[in-house]
Amino acid sequence: MTLQDTTPTASRDGGSPATAPPTTQPGVPPKSNSYYGHPIIKEPTWTWEIPVYFVTGGVSGISSGLSFAARLSGNQVLARRAQMAAFAMIAVSPPLLISDLGRPARFYNMLRLLKLSSPMSVGSWILSATGGATALSTFGMLTGRLPKLSFASGGAAAVLGLPLSTYTAVLISNTSVPIWHEARHHMPFLFGSSSSAGAGALSTLIAPHSVSGPARRLAAIAAALELTTTELMDHHLGELGEPLHEGQNGKIAKAAKLLTGSGAALIATAGRRSAAAARVGGVLMLGGVMATRWSIYKAGFASAKDPKYTVEPQRRRRRA
Amino acid sequence: MSHTVIQLDVAAESVQQTYGEAKQPRVGFFTDTSLCIGCKACEVACKTWNEVPEDVLGFTGKSYDNSGGLGANRWRHVAFIEQQPVQDADSFRWLMSSDVCKHCTEAACLDVCPTGALFRTEFGTVVVQEDVCNGCGYCVPACPFGVIEKREEDGRVWKCTLCYDRLKDDLEPACAKACPTKSIQFGEHDELRARARDRVEHLKAQGLADARLYGESPEDGVGGFGAFFLLLDEPEVYGLPPDPKDTTRDVGGMWRSAALASAALVGALAASFVGGRR
Repeated sequence: MTLQDTTPTASRDGGSPATAPPTTQPGVPPKSNSYYGHPIIKEPTWTWEIPVYFVTGGVSGISSGLSFAARLSGNQVLARRAQMAAFAMIAVSPPLLISDLGRPARFYNMLRLLKLSSPMSVGSWILSATGGATALSTFGMLTGRLPKLSFASGGAAAVLGLPLSTYTAVLISNTSVPIWHEARHHMPFLFGSSSSAGAGALSTLIAPHSVSGPARRLAAIAAALELTTTELMDHHLGELGEPLHEGQNGKIAKAAKLLTGSGAALIATAGRRSAAAARVGGVLMLGGVMATRWSIYKAGFASAKDPKYTVEPQRRRRRA
Repeated sequence: MSHTVIQLDVAAESVQQTYGEAKQPRVGFFTDTSLCIGCKACEVACKTWNEVPEDVLGFTGKSYDNSGGLGANRWRHVAFIEQQPVQDADSFRWLMSSDVCKHCTEAACLDVCPTGALFRTEFGTVVVQEDVCNGCGYCVPACPFGVIEKREEDGRVWKCTLCYDRLKDDLEPACAKACPTKSIQFGEHDELRARARDRVEHLKAQGLADARLYGESPEDGVGGFGAFFLLLDEPEVYGLPPDPKDTTRDVGGMWRSAALASAALVGALAASFVGGRR
């Protein structure tokens, strides 16, 4: 996808004929594709809490899956550690979301209705249900009480954790922000695999090395899936993907790939025998997971700000 | 919580039907920019009637545009474009246009609002309930026109209500009332559309080949605007998107991708348990 520069309109607005596009023919009005370079859409109003929640909610969801699978396979130690990770990550999620609201005291209006056209409404219910199931399951695991309920709610949290780790991708994709909307079919894979990479890395860090094999393998497999998805998404976005490659955000996106890739490589090689190497890999990967979400989040702002990303694809669509 | 309902369909006509006896004909604006003289009476009337806070004081240096664009505190905005394709006084022309919320048939802001603060009125317009909005901000990047915005010091989002309070009292919106040239025309949506089609044919017959309607057709990506325009150049020249789309039209496909991704994650989890605990 190629984009033209957003050249300001006629010669008078800058006082100089130099602002007219060089292709202007005498008698042919210069074609402008913006109003003084103003953005067409508004940038999001979300603050740092939102990308952090993308990580905490997603990592919690897949940690629940890891915990339940470990429970099924008889790996009780890993099941408990992953469960603690899931609980901690989901416990911090609602406060993050509420503190981002313009009117935090009205957070409960999120559950006024279930609106299927709004991924945020659907997500609020998913988060609430997963939070409840995770808390019940954790309580049962810690106290040994209500074993059947604990098992069932662990299973429910594992299943709900899948949409919990991917709905946020649908949420940002269902906006007019060009880079997010254009990547709508890649985003759920990116968010889901990044959440899995984070869940694997976190349990690699906090579980004994002798039982953390599944967590390490999950981290490595998810990292491969994430890096592959990133490449496919870059290819699909073309020039619409510039905000993921330019300026400071480009550096963060690059760091995300390096941290995720090197962390996963360390876990998959030396980490198989060495607990220390596995944990270093886990730390690197967690840094990568945060950097991935941060770069996607910030890219949306740059994509909204420059009108060329909104105008050029729409012009082509209209001509087609 | 006792009022929690499951809401499926939020597009214009179907929601208007739910008003039953209270349903009113759909209303809107036809903003004919060929008649705009850039007096900004609409901006002033809107701010005055709706008690919209002051925000921009000063000069932008962008022709006579001092308010910059629509936002939380600017519900009408007059754009000024000075065009002079060649260095010749005769070729100079002004484009002036009063922009406003489009009150889309398929409104992205309303689709994504999780609290139901944004709603479809009995007149078919789109309005924020300020006692419900919790400032989640989802509508802000959802709007394909950059209309709705959060008022930072207030925490909630604000935009044109098409003077919902005046409509209830059988009054026309303040901007249309104040417009001295009938550039802003208020009325029943169907009637305005017919009038707009006549007007654009008339202007074309007079030699204004670039005159076009923007948002009049229900075939566009938002199902047509409640408040549409007659423009004399490409929409992007006025800071408007050439082919706006309510992205919620695609949300089913996005959920399918999320389901596929979830299936892949189940596979990744299962594969991780091959090979035991070490």
